[in-house]
Amino acid sequence: MSILVGADTRLMVQGITGSAGSFHAKQCMDYGTNIVAGVTPGKGGQTFENKVPIFNTVDEAVKATGANASVVFVPPPYAADSIMEAADAKVPLVITITEGIPVNDMIKVKRYLQGTGTRLIGPNCPGVITPRAKCKIGIMPGHIHRPGRIGVVSRSGTLTYEAVFQVTGLGLGQSTAVGIGGDPVNGTNFIDMLKLFNEDPETDAVIMIGEIGGSAEEEAADWVKANFKKPIAGFIAGASAPAGKRMGHAGAIISGGKGGASDKIAAMSAAGYVMAQSPSELGSTLVEAMKRRGMKV
Amino acid sequence: MKIHEYQGKEIFRKYGVPVPRGIVARSPDQAEHAAKELGTKVVVVKAQIHAGGRGKGGGVKLAKSPAEAKTIAKSMLGMMLKTIQTGPEGQQVQTLYIEEGMDIEKEYYLGLTLDRATGRNTFMASTEGGVEIEKVAHETPEKILREAVDPAVGFQDFQGRKMAFGLGLSGDSVAKFVKFCRQLYTCYIETDSSLAEINPLVKLKDGTIIALDAKLNFDDNALYRQTSVVEMRDVHEEDPREAKAKEFDLAYIALEGNIGCMVNGAGLAMATMDTIKLVGGQPANFLDVGGGANREKVTAAFKLILADPAVKAVLVNIFGGIMKCDVIAEGIVAAAKEVSLNIPLVVRLEGTNVEKGKEILRTSGLKITPADDLRQAAERAVAAIK
Repeated sequence: MSILVGADTRLMVQGITGSAGSFHAKQCMDYGTNIVAGVTPGKGGQTFENKVPIFNTVDEAVKATGANASVVFVPPPYAADSIMEAADAKVPLVITITEGIPVNDMIKVKRYLQGTGTRLIGPNCPGVITPRAKCKIGIMPGHIHRPGRIGVVSRSGTLTYEAVFQVTGLGLGQSTAVGIGGDPVNGTNFIDMLKLFNEDPETDAVIMIGEIGGSAEEEAADWVKANFKKPIAGFIAGASAPAGKRMGHAGAIISGGKGGASDKIAAMSAAGYVMAQSPSELGSTLVEAMKRRGMKV
Repeated sequence: MKIHEYQGKEIFRKYGVPVPRGIVARSPDQAEHAAKELGTKVVVVKAQIHAGGRGKGGGVKLAKSPAEAKTIAKSMLGMMLKTIQTGPEGQQVQTLYIEEGMDIEKEYYLGLTLDRATGRNTFMASTEGGVEIEKVAHETPEKILREAVDPAVGFQDFQGRKMAFGLGLSGDSVAKFVKFCRQLYTCYIETDSSLAEINPLVKLKDGTIIALDAKLNFDDNALYRQTSVVEMRDVHEEDPREAKAKEFDLAYIALEGNIGCMVNGAGLAMATMDTIKLVGGQPANFLDVGGGANREKVTAAFKLILADPAVKAVLVNIFGGIMKCDVIAEGIVAAAKEVSLNIPLVVRLEGTNVEKGKEILRTSGLKITPADDLRQAAERAVAAIK
């Protein structure tokens, strides 16, 4: 098992009967993910794809199937409630795909999760995938991934796929790829994932993809400088974004003079990241970072 | 979402946050009438635009009589007000707010917004009112008092007292300040604000604590549950293309260049803009067509880009996760046919159902330049314009 998810993962899908939930649950199942339960209030007793039992509550799902992870495909007005329901049922890992959850709801969720044993990834993220274990939790296209030893962590969805695609194209593969999401309040930040990759014997090097807004990249750079043992490459999206405008992601906004790309790029370079100049050089920059540390690639 | 100062003050009034009396005026006569009704020795004539820095730009003026208010109103209405926060052309003033003059003793700064590092809504207070808070934050950060609100219990009075005494308030003003903060927090939470900024917050000679300015921004993600806030939207203050995009639930930001972009995913869209610039081109827009886009949305996105007269080529960069390549390909073909596309179109597709998508484009009968990776796509778009 690389980080977060692997062969032991028993996944439940909250919102399994919705259009996004059902489409992606099937895609994940086809990839090989072990989906053991679905949760949609009111649809308990039904079955998904003739295989997966559906329950009314997360609590019932956990008790009946031993599910130890959840993926949330619930619409924005109800998503925060679904996350808290999973934490209340003591689900250790909750991955929330939903984009558009009100910030004040996420502020409450973050508070609610403190002191519980639940780790939240997201929201507004593509999910987590560990190719070697055929465990895909989220909306990423499985076919571009391959088992390997490169860790990927990113705030973006599709930009992550670019990185993965290039890494695969160079003959390498991914240990685990994690999308932490594009919202300003999220469950897990870069540092948390870098810590896991640092200790993971199945990860040799990491690529980290950030974007404008907030200071997560600067904080990660500080941590990396002091603690990270492995080669690391980086990229920041939004160098050409105008200030004050929300660039799609709720968290991608340069405000009050803070959160600009150049500050992040400077902090990461100073901390030892090898920085990619453009998104078509993500894979090659990673290889460069590995070679500089004397790794044979 | 942004609103005007007068609307922010309307909301504050509803929540018991003290604000001066004021009346909206849309003509010089209305301004004169408002000044008469307010009846104070001095009134303030304030231009209503969605940008800050109005005072320095000449958008806030004192009038010593209703007649003077009328004269000032005449020169302000219709003017293009330029401030450090508007673009170089400025924004046209269509609405004024006539406010009663106040007997100010001291000015402060009070703000409430999300602190991303802690994930908590946080008050910021400073004795440096009326000045740009970024300047204070940069030069003398110790002058900014901060109080993070625990969402489990909400704003606590002791937090208000810490700020009040920290600002040097005393006597009755302390309790007034605490109450002000409490009402402001309730207002902020119940309206799903993303920023409440009162610069300046003033203490009057009689000890009253009152908001001389009110800047309220709202969380776009929460608008679905804030219908009365949505009603305050001023489409005139928004870029018409961005407003149209919202109708189709697209994320669109207009830029200055000539290469239109349609991308799925905000990070990739930003990176696409960055790459176009890197290879010497100029992006015309940011557009994230999103993960759940159907053919209708994609068609609308395409038309939106093509409606920009500056656009000389279009770059479509789709990496399919939730977004299926065949859906986007169908949308491209439908839109291109609907608008009789006659400018270069570069398309780079990868991901879910990619082969189906490429096939749809190949057999569409349209002249489409394919590309395998992002840099190549950007280079081909730039080359196509030359």
